[in-house]
Amino acid sequence: MAYIKVNNDKVTPDIAKKLIDLCPFNAFEYQDMYLSINASCKICKMCVKKGPDGVCELVETKKACVDKSLYKGITVYIEQRHGMAHKVSWELIGKAKELSQITHEPVYAIVIGNKISSIAEEALTYGVDRVFAYDDVAFNDFDAQVYTSVVESFFNNYHNNVILFGSTPHGRSFAPRVAARLKTGLTADCTMLDIKPDGDLLQIRPAFGGNIMAKINTPNHRPQLATIRYKMFNLPDQVTPFGDIVYPEIKDMTCERNTTILQTTDKPKVKDISEAEVIIAVGRAFKKEKDLELIQPLVKKLNAEVACTRPLIENGWFDAKHQIGLSGRTVKPKLIINLGISGAVQYIEGMKESELIISVNQDEHNKLFDISHYSIIGDIYSVLPELNKLIDNIWKVNA
Amino acid sequence: MKIITCIKQVPASSAVQVDPKTGVLIRDGNNVKMNPFDLFGLEASFKLKEMVPSSIVHAITMGPPSATEVLQEALYMGADEATLISDRRFAGADVLATSYTLSQLIEHISDYDVIVCGKQTTDGDTAQVGPEIAEFLHIPHIPYVKEIIEIKEDALVLRSAYDDYEEIVQIKTPCLITIDKDMNTPRLPSYRRKLMMKNHEIDMVSLKHLKDQNPDHYGLSGSPTQVDEIFPPQKRTETLKVKGSSKELAESFFNILKESRYV
Repeated sequence: MAYIKVNNDKVTPDIAKKLIDLCPFNAFEYQDMYLSINASCKICKMCVKKGPDGVCELVETKKACVDKSLYKGITVYIEQRHGMAHKVSWELIGKAKELSQITHEPVYAIVIGNKISSIAEEALTYGVDRVFAYDDVAFNDFDAQVYTSVVESFFNNYHNNVILFGSTPHGRSFAPRVAARLKTGLTADCTMLDIKPDGDLLQIRPAFGGNIMAKINTPNHRPQLATIRYKMFNLPDQVTPFGDIVYPEIKDMTCERNTTILQTTDKPKVKDISEAEVIIAVGRAFKKEKDLELIQPLVKKLNAEVACTRPLIENGWFDAKHQIGLSGRTVKPKLIINLGISGAVQYIEGMKESELIISVNQDEHNKLFDISHYSIIGDIYSVLPELNKLIDNIWKVNA
Repeated sequence: MKIITCIKQVPASSAVQVDPKTGVLIRDGNNVKMNPFDLFGLEASFKLKEMVPSSIVHAITMGPPSATEVLQEALYMGADEATLISDRRFAGADVLATSYTLSQLIEHISDYDVIVCGKQTTDGDTAQVGPEIAEFLHIPHIPYVKEIIEIKEDALVLRSAYDDYEEIVQIKTPCLITIDKDMNTPRLPSYRRKLMMKNHEIDMVSLKHLKDQNPDHYGLSGSPTQVDEIFPPQKRTETLKVKGSSKELAESFFNILKESRYV
């Protein structure tokens, strides 16, 4: 076992106070000139690294080491529903291929479902070396326990080093069961991934509510598991398939279900700018309602919701539920593009938490530029037509 | 019906930061509170009890001795029993070791029908402990529960919400459910219950009460993942000003969208 040992012969009231102040988790207790550590300790080792020399030390008994050379392959779990793969799966294949450049491991995909050969074929087009397709009527509806048994069988047969899951509602419900079944670690919602040449996966994620990043590894267990959110990594280019598809035997698995799906309802798609992932917001620089047509190619390309400032509501160009600002909606999309908006403080308060802010305005001292990631200094009437030409071109290339 | 509800004490403020120079964690006060997501879990447990009035709601938590505060709060809200599991040897537990410890505690309590968890905590944000507990106990689980529709002899019927669809699902008991936020309006601790439960004993459990007493399965030793390093997040980049001709501006704009993977 591992714990922090306090060498009390070196503890003075002064040192005790220093350590109590240093510990972020309030784990030190100093009573009757004796310094002890309670169950709040998270073994962050701050007292060992930053405390007075030799007072606190980490005592760790040696553990049997896993032979890392026995585990090869970076595998991506391909999430699918009704024969449609979730795109996060393809993004993860792209990342897995990057990581495999460092460790020279093969990249695999695992698909579980009923009649999934087309998804297996699609996975090959993203350049995986092999797809393991567990195709059976028993896997028609997702069941976390049954799917866990499949991944368990896969790991026991193929001894994978890493398995990556999308941080989707399914992934978040199912990957933890896999971790507990295989008695290994799992890091949720990684924002970055890296790998050491010996195959140790470095899992980087925000900790303590996003003000701190933590680099996490799984030094002595295999497989290494991580979940990653959609749109965290790039969608890789498709290639001419070179891998193959394997349909492993199903017979040894427990497929008994403890859940029965009685009814499934697709949620109606509600259009609400506060839920939108991409917003194009327009302001008073648009002189006529008809000029809003200029934004249509961009709206279509980005699948964006359109929002506006208060003057345009007053003009009657939009319904009030499209208004951003203190008197309208607060939005926090992944991307917001502000076009010709002067940047009143009420507007800025309504959107400043957006993840990526791009603003176009001809006034270099526009207030919105202070909070924008990208400030494009120009007139919307000249920038947008040029942009539309570029968008037009990619439609033609893709067509 | 015996309902076990898992709750956690979390820092009241998320404003913990890393000092970029010294690498020391700076905390903003020592205030703690109940994980807000657990309030919905407790309320769901009380609703289950209203559906089957003979039920017992048993709140459990893992943490330092001071975590009894959240158990007290649960008792004042409506829980019938409360247990704290605490031991120095649990220090440094990751998701696996935490889930394993809680599953050992739940086996120690035994004879449960439903385990209720909040969707996630505000300090760890992983949403993984619930499903891992279920796996260790070899029972099924359903996440993101929005509604408890029916309690049957040996099953629950639930409505559960995923990103773009909802499911009505029947799950065999014993089982574990995680409760989506806004499923209900959590009640406040009541003064009447406070008077009633003021002297109610909170059960204290440590490693020596558990079936598996091997300390290597708990705390840092029982944790496959380790934190290598903590560091401050990258600061938001200064605004990048783009100037030039209309054509150049449009090209830059297009490239920004391309780099951000939007076109």
